[in-house]
Amino acid sequence: MAREGLTINPAKTCQPIGAMYAALGIHGCLPHSHGSQGCCSYHRSTLTRHYKEPVMAATSSFTEGASVFGGQANLLQAIETIFTVYDPDIIAVHSTCLSETIGDDLQQITKKAKDDGKIPEGKYVIYASTPSFVGSHITGYANMVTGMAEQFSVSTGEKKEQINIIAGWMEPSDMREIKRLSKEMGVKIVLFPDTSDVLDAPQTGKHELYPKGGVTVSELQSSGDSICSLALGCISAEPAAIALEKKHKVPFETLDMPIGLSATDRFVMSLSKAAGVAVPAEITAERGRLVDVMADMEQYFHGKKVALFGDPDHLIPLTEFLLDLNMKPVHIVSGTPGQRFDKRMQEILERAPYANFKNGLNADMFLLHQWIKNEPVDLLIGNTYGKYIARDEDIPFIRFGFPILDRIGHSYFPNVGYSGSLRLVEKILSALMDRQDRTCLEEKFELVM
Amino acid sequence: MDTQNISLLEGREKQVYEKRQGGAEVDIACDTTSLSGSVSQRACVFCGSRVVLYPVADAIHIVHGPIGCAAYTWDIRGAVSSGPELHRLSFSTDLQEMDVIYGGEKKLYRSLIELIDQYQPNAAFIYSTCIIGLIGDDIDAVCKKVAKEKGIPVMPVHSEGFKGTKKDGYKAACSALMTLIGTGSTEGISKYSINILGEFNLAGEAWIIREYYERMGIEVVATMTGDGRIDAIRRSHGASLNVVQCSGSMTSLAKDMEEKYGIPFIRVSYFGFEDMSKSLYDVAQLFPDRPEIMEKAKEIVRDEIRQYYPEMQKFKAALTGKKAAIYVGGAFKTFSLIKALRTIGMSVVLAGSQTGNKDDYSRLKEMCDEGTVIVDDSNPVELSKFILEKEADLLIGGVKERPIAFKLGVGFCDHNHERKIPLAGFVGMYNFAKEVYESVMSPVWQFAPRKGGLK
Repeated sequence: MAREGLTINPAKTCQPIGAMYAALGIHGCLPHSHGSQGCCSYHRSTLTRHYKEPVMAATSSFTEGASVFGGQANLLQAIETIFTVYDPDIIAVHSTCLSETIGDDLQQITKKAKDDGKIPEGKYVIYASTPSFVGSHITGYANMVTGMAEQFSVSTGEKKEQINIIAGWMEPSDMREIKRLSKEMGVKIVLFPDTSDVLDAPQTGKHELYPKGGVTVSELQSSGDSICSLALGCISAEPAAIALEKKHKVPFETLDMPIGLSATDRFVMSLSKAAGVAVPAEITAERGRLVDVMADMEQYFHGKKVALFGDPDHLIPLTEFLLDLNMKPVHIVSGTPGQRFDKRMQEILERAPYANFKNGLNADMFLLHQWIKNEPVDLLIGNTYGKYIARDEDIPFIRFGFPILDRIGHSYFPNVGYSGSLRLVEKILSALMDRQDRTCLEEKFELVM
Repeated sequence: MDTQNISLLEGREKQVYEKRQGGAEVDIACDTTSLSGSVSQRACVFCGSRVVLYPVADAIHIVHGPIGCAAYTWDIRGAVSSGPELHRLSFSTDLQEMDVIYGGEKKLYRSLIELIDQYQPNAAFIYSTCIIGLIGDDIDAVCKKVAKEKGIPVMPVHSEGFKGTKKDGYKAACSALMTLIGTGSTEGISKYSINILGEFNLAGEAWIIREYYERMGIEVVATMTGDGRIDAIRRSHGASLNVVQCSGSMTSLAKDMEEKYGIPFIRVSYFGFEDMSKSLYDVAQLFPDRPEIMEKAKEIVRDEIRQYYPEMQKFKAALTGKKAAIYVGGAFKTFSLIKALRTIGMSVVLAGSQTGNKDDYSRLKEMCDEGTVIVDDSNPVELSKFILEKEADLLIGGVKERPIAFKLGVGFCDHNHERKIPLAGFVGMYNFAKEVYESVMSPVWQFAPRKGGLK
C-alpha cells in the first residue's frame, strides 16, 4: 500500500510523555504538563500501565480562554498551586502541541514566576520544550534531560572526582544496574535521570508522592564539575552531554546503550578509562559467564531471522547483539526520526546488508507487518503492540521497550550490562525453544538440548 | 511527604462534601474545569469523544493531529466486536511542524482516501485534536468531499481537547452519531423494539444485555456503541424506545432523538441485581399491550437471581462490614455500585466521580450513609487521604487509581476500561462480587503493612 499521509499503528508516541518520564527521575520532582487535561491524563495512564505504579503529574488544564489569550496565567497559577499543595522540591514543566502553537514561552514564564516570587526559596522550576508535532517520545525525553543538565548544573571551578552518566531512555532496573556496575568498579558517578526507587517502589502501605529515588538537585548541580560525561544513547542522552560541554566544558563520550556484549564492553572500557580504574575481576567474570552461555548455545541462534521495532537507543545495540549472536536482524522499524540514528544504524548494518531498516514518518507497525509478510521471521522483538503481528503470523515474541502493558519484569530485571544481556539470551532462547517444542514433528521432539 | 499529612487543595473545598447529621445541603461545585496545577484524574474533550465512538467496529477512526492522541487511545479499551475489528487499529495523520504551519487538510484528505481504499469501511470518523482547533483546518469540508467521492458517511468529530471537559466530548460524539441516524431504512423493524444506548460492550457486556431483551421478545435495533455497526445506527430511528445507560455520555443523543424522531427514552443501569432487574421491568412496562414481555422479564429475573444469588452468599459472608471507596467516571455508575456493594454487605465510605452534576451529587448524598465523603474531580492525594482515614478495604476506580490502592494495601476492582470480565447483568453482579471478594480477601495483604502509617 502506497502511503503519503497517514500513520497506521504507530511505532512511537509524542514528546511530552518522554519529558514526563525523565522528570520522574529527579528526586522530589512533580512533572507538569502545560496543555490540556487529556495530555497529562493519557501520559499518566500509559506510564501507570507500563510500571503498575502511581504516576504523579500536574496539568495546566487549558481551556478555550487560555488557548486564545495564552497559557501564561494558567502556568503561573499552576506553579503557585503546586508549591502550596503538593510541595515538591522541583516542578519540571514540559510543553505540548497546544501551548507551543499558541506561542507560550516556558523560559519567559518561569522567569516571571521567579520574579513574581512564586517559586519559594530553595525550590526550582525547570522546563523543556516538547511539542508533539516534532520528534517522538524519545526526543521529548532527551529534551527534558537536556533541560536538567542545562538548568541545574553549575561549575565551581573545582573538578570533582566523579563521572556523569547520562541515561538514555531505559528502565529503572537498567539504571539500578548501571549504578551497581559503577559501584563494583569503584567509580563515583552522577546518574541522571534515575527512576529506580521511583517507578519500582516497594509496597509500604503508603502512597508516597515523592518516593525515595531520583537524582538529587545537588547531584545535578555538581554535574558541571564532573571529570567527564558518558552519554548512553546517541538520541536520548547525547544532547544533555553536549549541553554540559557547552556550558561547563565537561568533555563527553557518546556510547551506545550497554545492551549486549559489545556495547557493554565499550561501556565498561570507557568507564574504566575515564575514571582511571581497572576492571575488577567480578565484572570480568560476569562477562565470562555471558560469553560462556553464548558459546554453549551458539548452534541455536545462527541464521535465525529477527524483526525488531522500537526506540533508537535500544535498537542500535540490540541489532548489534543479535549479529554477535549470529542471528539475522532482517526488519527494523522505529517511528523516531533522526539522522544521527540513521547513521549509527547504517554502521551497525554493514554486517547485515540484507536488512530492511526505516525510521521516522510512516515507519510504523503496518510497514513492519508488510515486511514480515514478504519475508517471514523466526522472532519478533518490541513493545506490547507487537502482539498483534506475533499472533497473526504466529511468531515467537519477546517484549522489549516502551510501552509494555501486558507483562511485568522490565521494571525489575535489567537489559543492560552483562547480566542484562544474559537475561536477553535466556529470553531469546526460551522463545525459540518453546516454539520448537510446541510445534515440531514428533520425531524431532527432543528431551536434551 | 506522606499523603495523609496533606491538606485539601485550596479551592477544592467546594468539590468535597462529608455527609453529617443535620449538615449543610450539598452544594458541590462540579461542571467546572480542574484547577491549574492539580493532579486531576480527568481527561479531555477528545477522550470523551473517543471512548464513545471507539466501539463502532466497521468504521475507521482517524485521529487528525500529532501522533500522541492516536497512540494513547490505540486499543486500550476492551470493547469487543463480534465481527469486523477496524476500531482496534490506530490511524493518525501524524502532523508535523510543517503541517501545523501550512495546515493539515491535504494530508487528511490523502490519508482518508488511502485508508478507505485499503480497508473498505462502512464509514469514517475524523477526530479533531487541540491543534486542529488552533490551525483552523476545515475538516467539515474535507469530510464532505471524501464522503461524496467515496460514497460512505465521513463524519467530523469536533473534539479539540481544550474546548471543554470530557462531557463536551460525549456531546461531540453524539452529534456525529446524530448525522448517521435517520439515513437507513426502518422497514421491518418491530413495534416492540429498542436501542441500547451508552453500553460499550466492554468484555462483552452488551451481548449479555441484548440477550435479556431479546429473550423478552424485544428487537434490539442498535447498540450504541458497543459492538456497533454503521448500518444499525443508520436505521436506529426506527426503534420505539431508547434505553440509556451511562447517562453522562449518551443522554444528549437520546434527547436529540426524542426531539427529532419522537422516540422516548429511559435511563437505566445494568450493574447489580436491583438495577438490572429494574431495567428489564422498566422496558417491559412501556409495552403494556403485550403482557408476555413483562412475564418474560419476570422469568429472566427469577431464573438469573436463582442461579447466582446462592453462590454469592459465600462472598457476602466474608465481605459483610467491609468498606469501599468509589471513584469512577460517571456519577450514575456510583449509584449502582453503592446498591451492588450493599447486596454483598459492604458500605461505602467515599463516593466520587469525574463528571457528576449537581443533581447527581444530591442524589448521592441521599443514598450514602453518615460520614461518607463525596468528591468531585478528585486527585490521588485526596483519594489516598480519605481511603486511609475512612479505613476502606476496597477501591473501585480506573487505571490511574489501581496502583494507589495497591500501594496503600487495599483491594481494587476496575470498573472502567480495563475490566477483564463482564460486570453488567446478573452474571456481571456475580462476577463483581467474586472479583471484590478475591481482591479484598487476597492473602497478599497479610504481607503488606496494611493501612500503614495511619494508626
